Amino acid sequence: MGFFQKIIDGLKKTKQRIGFKLNELFKRGIFNDDFYDELEFILLSADIGEDTTIDIIETLRERMTEDNISDPKKANEYLKEVMLEILGDEHLELNPPTVITVVGVNGVGKTTTIGKLANIFIKKGKSVVVAAADTFRAAASEQLEVWADRAKVRIIKHEEGSDPAAVVFDALSSAKSRKTDVVLVDTAGRLHNKKNLMEELKKINRVVERECPNAQRINLIVLDATTGQNALSQVDVFNEAIDLDGIVLTKLDGTAKGGVVLAIKHDMDIPVYFVGVGEGIDDLMEFDAESYIEGII
Amino acid sequence: MAAFSNLTDRINHIFSKLKNRGALTELEIKQAMREVRVALLEADVNFSVAKEFISNVTEKAVGEEILKSLTPGQQVIKIVNEQLIELLGSTQSKLGVSPKLPTIIMMCGLQGAGKTTMCGKLAYYLQKQGKKVLLVADDIYRPAAIKQLEIVADKVKAGFFQMGQQNPTKIATNAVEFATKNGFDTVIIDTAGRLHINEELMDELKSIKKAVNVFETLLVVDSMTGQDAVTVAKSFDEALDITGVIMTKLDGDTRGGATLSIKAVTGKPIKFVGTGERPEDLEAFHPDRMASRILGMGDVLTLIERAQATFDEQEALKLAKKIKESTFDLNDFLQQFEQMGKMGDLNDLVGMIPGASKLTLGDKKIDEKQLKRNKAIIQSMTLEERSNPKLLNYSRRKRIAAGSGVQVSDVNKLIKQYEQTRDMMKRMTKSRRLLF
Ligand SMILES: Nc1nc2c(ncn2[C@@H]2O[C@H](COP(=O)(O)OP(=O)(O)O)[C@@H](O)[C@H]2O)c(=O)[nH]1
Ligand SMILES: [Mg+2]
Repeated sequence: MGFFQKIIDGLKKTKQRIGFKLNELFKRGIFNDDFYDELEFILLSADIGEDTTIDIIETLRERMTEDNISDPKKANEYLKEVMLEILGDEHLELNPPTVITVVGVNGVGKTTTIGKLANIFIKKGKSVVVAAADTFRAAASEQLEVWADRAKVRIIKHEEGSDPAAVVFDALSSAKSRKTDVVLVDTAGRLHNKKNLMEELKKINRVVERECPNAQRINLIVLDATTGQNALSQVDVFNEAIDLDGIVLTKLDGTAKGGVVLAIKHDMDIPVYFVGVGEGIDDLMEFDAESYIEGII
Repeated sequence: MAAFSNLTDRINHIFSKLKNRGALTELEIKQAMREVRVALLEADVNFSVAKEFISNVTEKAVGEEILKSLTPGQQVIKIVNEQLIELLGSTQSKLGVSPKLPTIIMMCGLQGAGKTTMCGKLAYYLQKQGKKVLLVADDIYRPAAIKQLEIVADKVKAGFFQMGQQNPTKIATNAVEFATKNGFDTVIIDTAGRLHINEELMDELKSIKKAVNVFETLLVVDSMTGQDAVTVAKSFDEALDITGVIMTKLDGDTRGGATLSIKAVTGKPIKFVGTGERPEDLEAFHPDRMASRILGMGDVLTLIERAQATFDEQEALKLAKKIKESTFDLNDFLQQFEQMGKMGDLNDLVGMIPGASKLTLGDKKIDEKQLKRNKAIIQSMTLEERSNPKLLNYSRRKRIAAGSGVQVSDVNKLIKQYEQTRDMMKRMTKSRRLLF
């Protein structure tokens, strides 16, 4: 049998295996090496990554042995607990006036997320203005404009190619004079190894600092759930440019699990605040660690 | 040279504990393969693909004679690398031309993969080959997607066709008619990003494909994709029988393991890679470069090969030892210049050293003239000065400058450069992270 055929057959099995998932595995009630191998496979397939996976498994193994666990239900709870401890349970508390800057690499869903966030805040009775500081990508501000219309919020935009920091400055001035609660800043997607683009972010950051020293500042990075281990590097580098407070994990309506957020929380202690589950304006939810873990295992 | 490589280092470490006897044994290979597995998973190669790959390579490697010139670690890496390259396929960056014009290319993929940008790049590339290209806005869902493609088309001076938010199949049919009437020989259809599990939207693509005679169906994939790449690629291929794959955003620091996963499950050729946001940032797919990237070794393998072809093995070993012991002096620096000269284009070479990528060097390019001047400067030094650069005070520098026909500032620059190189090499042998 050729290499490719074997992989394809293996995949079919994978699907079945993920289908019956861990529950079945737990039901067997035999917690031997095979069990931990299967568990490893499931965790790695969710993009949790080698290091964090090994950590989860070791911790679980230790605790199970220590407490002499053989009851499948209990074992399942133990696993969830280990994962929950990593993810934590943090929520975003708005304390207006608030400036939220949204960053991330190209195509992850920043602009869409801004539209959805604006909608959430409006529904909570806050006033919102969005700043089209992606002046780089073709038609980016037109795209944000559509979202601003949908969420019924104001938009501040300049021409394509203009200085993003100037857009932010205008948005902040407008927010100050109208006493707007929340300013949402959309930025251009940038691969995290481009130094000058990172400088641009720092500049935006300085403008916010100078213009609104007393505002609540929240810097969110958007990660695409389809992304693998590179997300770690994305968070690392953006965090260096502007301190990140949290993550928005998008595209969870696909088949990818975005498990790399466990690795990120594990290594860098940055929590997930929201998850994107579609392209509609209501398809953004507050992150719930417990149901997220249910979805993985 | 292999001292630069993280994976090679780790694997060498395994072998260093064992005594060397001619052929690789199963146990040794197994231990080395564990490291390879970690490297593959870190690179986002799909778990099942990695597993299968490793069992394949293990079979191949057992019993192989260790080449005299290589350490066992290098030998294993060489086998792994060769297998990877073979699986990744060949350099096949060609787009087919339909016997019945226009040639119709349909782009498809997940949301945010980079389809629209890629349309512009392909148009630019094909136009340079004398084609007349029409870009068709068939993403009727994403806000401002049509506008984005229009701007892209404008930028590369390609034709542009849109019918607003109408039925995508109808748009495609009309676009092809328009192309035929107006002398376009190539039509590129930009479709909306969609999830592979969205049946309705997948049917839409099938319908377009049926309605017009699509010649190339290209799957566009973000090279940062993780484990799910296999599911996505398989679904698109099953639904649409794709003709090729394009990996995007390879200008980042991504290891791109998804490329191997996708190749493994679809068997379809990787046709191009996208390496930036400008229309000209489109490159041919090179399986060898991709393999090294996946293994996290930059192009270090090519470097090893070139080095082996030109470097005297003994000299190379001596140099590596010197770097490690920090006795790398100006004599070695000179020798390095000479050997580098032999190895081919310098700028090429620097690009192959992990950690010495454009990122570390900025946009500084190595200038061949400068190189000759540097050689002359060192040659004007006494042997004593060369092995103990600390001796080089002002009066000595002045003498050297006069002797080699340059300014003292040039001599200073060279010494500075030597110090930087020495420090960089020290760092490279120490740091793991520099490798990606
Ligand atoms: N399925 C799905 N698609 C999304 C989600 N969030 C964004 N997208 C899509 O991803 C693509 C890129 O989004 P965009 O907001 O333009 O990304 P940006 O470049 O980061 O601003 C668009 O086609 C969006 O509709 C999500 O949660 N689920
Ligand atoms: Mg955007």
